[in-house]
Amino acid sequence: MTTRIVELRRGILKKNDELAAGLRGRYGAAGVLVLNLVSSPGTGKTAFLERTLRGLRTQGARVAALVGDLETDNDARRLAASGAPVRQINTHGICHLDAVMISKHLEGWEGVELASLDYLFIENVGNLVCPSSYDLGEAIRVALLSVTEGEDKPLKYPTLFNSADAAIITKMDIAEPCGFDRELALKNINEIRPGIRIFETSAKTGAGMKEWLEYLNEERKNHSS
Amino acid sequence: MGVLAAVVVDSLEFCWGLATADTPLEGSRLVVKMVPVVMHCVPCAADVELEGVQSFRCPLCDEPCSDLRQGRELEIESFEIDEIDDSPGVEEAEVEA
Repeated sequence: MTTRIVELRRGILKKNDELAAGLRGRYGAAGVLVLNLVSSPGTGKTAFLERTLRGLRTQGARVAALVGDLETDNDARRLAASGAPVRQINTHGICHLDAVMISKHLEGWEGVELASLDYLFIENVGNLVCPSSYDLGEAIRVALLSVTEGEDKPLKYPTLFNSADAAIITKMDIAEPCGFDRELALKNINEIRPGIRIFETSAKTGAGMKEWLEYLNEERKNHSS
Repeated sequence: MGVLAAVVVDSLEFCWGLATADTPLEGSRLVVKMVPVVMHCVPCAADVELEGVQSFRCPLCDEPCSDLRQGRELEIESFEIDEIDDSPGVEEAEVEA
């Protein structure tokens, strides 16, 4: 009996990464800007996205959303009220979306073609851990954090915050009663992801949404040129 | 495994036992090698290793770094097997791994 070492050097998420690269190519060819929204449960992803969809539609942009949840289509129904096409992805216990799920749900989506969209939003399952490992082919990964969660959230979840391209602070309208330390939150985000664009928003009052929509417009131009 | 791979080693080892039960890999040992975060520091023009993941600053010049070069890996580097003549189990183990 002899002992043999077999070199493999194979990425465990290789299949997801390859599929995501394929999706990225499709998004690029279709000229659609794709964003992946990630946060804890309860941060306000759906309310923020609803406001975003309405804002973009008011500008005349063509938008759609895929929304991930373990169970229920409550979020999809809420988002559909914006008038944008929305499709629910139920993961049935899986705590994140992966490229296979996105790929499947882009097929047979009635009335939605990638090439006829300007923006596609993917609302991930509420979780700050696993979604950081799964590339969905998005152009922009958005990490959201609410004023009720504690300013040290980026330090507790550096893996996710370090992989983000933009950060959103939600529920700014209740920042004061929550004793939210704005300076500390901004410092912590910057410590984990230096130079990241940060938007301080409220889906309720609309605060910060103008800057956010401007950013989306700019990014769409940058990615399509 | 990179320290930013979002995988908990204890959980991985726990699951390894469950996943390999009743397979040719049953009883095998999982050896996890952690790799630190390496960032490229522009002012230093060098790749620098971070001591932790609480601050993405260059340990040499203290400037913030945003260019990650290593730390998200999740790879099977190699496996070690005992060969018994030309056992067909080798092929199977490779597929399972």
